[in-house]
Amino acid sequence: MTPQIAVFLVLAAMAVAGAVNLILQRHPIHSALSLIVVMVALAGLYLLQGAEFIAAVQIIVYGGAIMVLFVFVIMLLNAGEEERTNLSRMARYVGVPLGVVFLLEVAYWIGRATSHMAQSSPQAVSTRELSTLLFREYVFPFELTSFLILIAILGALVLARREDSD
Amino acid sequence: MVPTSYYLVLSAVLFGLGVVAFVFKRNIITIFMSIELMLNAVNLAFVAFSRALGQLQGQVFVFFVIVVAAAEAAVGLAIIIVIARNRGTLDVERVDSLKH
Repeated sequence: MTPQIAVFLVLAAMAVAGAVNLILQRHPIHSALSLIVVMVALAGLYLLQGAEFIAAVQIIVYGGAIMVLFVFVIMLLNAGEEERTNLSRMARYVGVPLGVVFLLEVAYWIGRATSHMAQSSPQAVSTRELSTLLFREYVFPFELTSFLILIAILGALVLARREDSD
Repeated sequence: MVPTSYYLVLSAVLFGLGVVAFVFKRNIITIFMSIELMLNAVNLAFVAFSRALGQLQGQVFVFFVIVVAAAEAAVGLAIIIVIARNRGTLDVERVDSLKH
């Protein structure tokens, strides 16, 4: 077993354990903390694949901004533990088999598809090449995302504003 | 070197767990978090294919997915705050006006 595979297995186990814990925990703040574990593990996997920029963005945007927003909203709304209902038991009997079937199907097709996929020699890609691509070929979508974020900020402000204040 | 299929299987497992969490959970914030989990799983597959095919476009797409997810989280959480304020609950089963 090469060191890379060992690191991959550790990070993959971390990610899967975090995702399972997200399902098992009943309190949303615990689910949010497990999701942070998943995201940090995924950042490690991106580093392992030589995608340093994506790993940094994953930590900064996902682990930093988005999850802080989630934790902030959970604390703001004082969210408590979710309660069990009849329907959640039904979801257990329908949801789990559905998820397992979905997983098996996807694993089957990946196994079939990648078995004859030509394994091209992976080249090391640098952040410099990525930025060249982003700011030359994809500069228009990149600028559009700034509009998207502006609209999202305005939308969030309008939605979350108290109605009696205007 | 880790084979690409390992990453793809891990991505599928995480996506499947996201689907299960989406069906399972009753709290609207946790359901929203399971959507983020599915987006992360797709990002992992994008990066794996990007490396396997030696093309950088996959990483550019991941970057855009993360940006869109950030915008989505901002708007979605604002909607959740409005729901919590109007209904006084975060349980999706209590938000059932259309049923009655």
